[in-house]
Amino acid sequence: MSALAAENVAIAFGGIVAVDGVSFSVEPGNIFSIIGPNGAGKTTLFNIMSGIYRPGSGRILLAGEDVTGLEPHRLAAKGLARTFQNLQIFFRMSVVENVMVGRHLREARDLMKALFRFPSVGHQNRATREKARELLAFVGLADRADDAAGSLPYGGLRRLEIARALALEPRLLLLDEPAAGCNPVETEAVEGLVREIVRSGITVVLVEHDMRFVMRVSDRILVLDGGKKLAEGTADEVRRNPQVIAAYLGRYGSKEAARARS
Amino acid sequence: MRGIFSKRRMTLLVLVALVAVLPLVFPSGYYYRVAALVWISALAAVGLNILMGYAGQVSLGHAGFFGVGAYAVAIGPARLGLASWICILLGAAASGGIAWLVGRPILRLKGHYLAIGTLGFGVLIALVLTSEAKWTGGPDGTSVARLAVANMRISGPTAWYWISGFVLVFGAWLALNLEDSPAGRALRALHDSEIAAALGGIDVARHKLWAFVLAAVYASIAGSELALFDGFITPDTAGFLHSIELVAMVVLGGMGSVLGSVVGAALLTTLPQLLTVFVEYEQALLGLIIMLAMIFLRLGIVPGVQRMLARSAS
Ligand SMILES: Nc1ncnc2c1ncn2[C@@H]1O[C@H](COP(=O)(O)OP(=O)(O)O)[C@@H](O)[C@H]1O
Ligand SMILES: [Mg+2]
Repeated sequence: MSALAAENVAIAFGGIVAVDGVSFSVEPGNIFSIIGPNGAGKTTLFNIMSGIYRPGSGRILLAGEDVTGLEPHRLAAKGLARTFQNLQIFFRMSVVENVMVGRHLREARDLMKALFRFPSVGHQNRATREKARELLAFVGLADRADDAAGSLPYGGLRRLEIARALALEPRLLLLDEPAAGCNPVETEAVEGLVREIVRSGITVVLVEHDMRFVMRVSDRILVLDGGKKLAEGTADEVRRNPQVIAAYLGRYGSKEAARARS
Repeated sequence: MRGIFSKRRMTLLVLVALVAVLPLVFPSGYYYRVAALVWISALAAVGLNILMGYAGQVSLGHAGFFGVGAYAVAIGPARLGLASWICILLGAAASGGIAWLVGRPILRLKGHYLAIGTLGFGVLIALVLTSEAKWTGGPDGTSVARLAVANMRISGPTAWYWISGFVLVFGAWLALNLEDSPAGRALRALHDSEIAAALGGIDVARHKLWAFVLAAVYASIAGSELALFDGFITPDTAGFLHSIELVAMVVLGGMGSVLGSVVGAALLTTLPQLLTVFVEYEQALLGLIIMLAMIFLRLGIVPGVQRMLARSAS
């Protein structure tokens, strides 16, 4: 059974069809990448898969279960986590607290016990903080745990989002441009993280503009263009696909196309 | 920041010390009255801070719940023969229930729309209290029977100083406990990004609703206290101006800071009394002080001062 599948998913905003009858399926334990030019519908597809938008038509299956139109917090409870292309950081909180929020579903959440500060609440806080610190160490932010989230550099914020998503202990992780705005060194760090995340048994769906990164890590790649599926296959298959080459040549000129092929 | 000197414990310690020590420096009995009024307003502000400061949801009708609590202890004993303390609880339950019912549709609104929605709700309550004159005494208000426990009448500024001080410390303790719990983190998270909070597994609508209910209960109990203390109540306690005053306490003191809510309540309660020496300039000066505080301490007084101290220390 596939970890995630989309069946003929479509959505329109006003007159603009942002995603137009897209189908694909992601095998468990894979890195599945979605590429395509700006405005192709990648983020919109992520928003549909994570319950932010309800698709106009089509279905989303999570581990075989129809989850179309389920609210985001219910999808999270079913093991889906994600990061955001336009960062969604809790800027009023510290770095470690951002990750602690991600533990929400793993915590006992009795409001009365919290208000009256039962001893279990304090114990749990300590355990949650400990786990959050481990995740910060994993993404290389251990020394920034107690700083204000807003004090992190851009690359740090991207890794903070990954740590927060992992805090949920997801089965499926959606990463929307995790290396956007990162320098080559930071990008390499993100690539290493993605590999380790998959090794730990989490299925990853990745949207990324850095073609070298995508070509290196992906088990399969879906190419979107104008909301439609242009191609799907392994890195090699996609690289050789004439339609993909044409689309990239047409829009970006030879430099990008060469990069996509290299 | 954790351990014995966690923010939670420090805040509590400061509050307990304030309540315990202030009477030693009171030159006259009048000060007990002013301080009791501060503690009562502060309780409502600490509650509103859960909704506004933690969760970032504005309520411009919060005095409505204050009014429900106030009129519960006015009407219950006089018309239904209930004990005052039972009416405090009934008022709180009614406020919580109303908040739960009204909160569902109203908290779907965001930003300015939420502000107007809650404003409308507050106006509605004040209107009901004004027009149902048979029960409420109408615009002229109504007298309130004094609190009695075991046939002992509790009245006067000194008694109410200690009661309201104790209730405030207890309310602050609950709010601080909440802040440092999964629910509190959820509220502070959704303040910054509802989408990221929801994808962290947080039921955003439910958390907002409970914050609204809690804030309503705090306001209601504060309203009951004020009515019992003053022995008289008018619909103005539920009115728009009072709602604005509560919001100003939270913002001036510092959103998200329990101590800030107390400081904001203290300033907005005592400043008008202090400024009376300036006679006709009183209101203008009050406005000027609030403006300057917000310009120079954008985060509000307590977080603003805390940040300044942290900067000068490092
Ligand atoms: N909420 C929205 N309202 C209107 N148009 C939208 C909305 N979200 C996305 N779109 C449109 O859908 C198209 C796809 O956008 P997006 O999914 O962000 O592309 P990508 O992530 O591939 O760059 C764009 O034309 C964009 O303007
Ligand atoms: Mg995008």
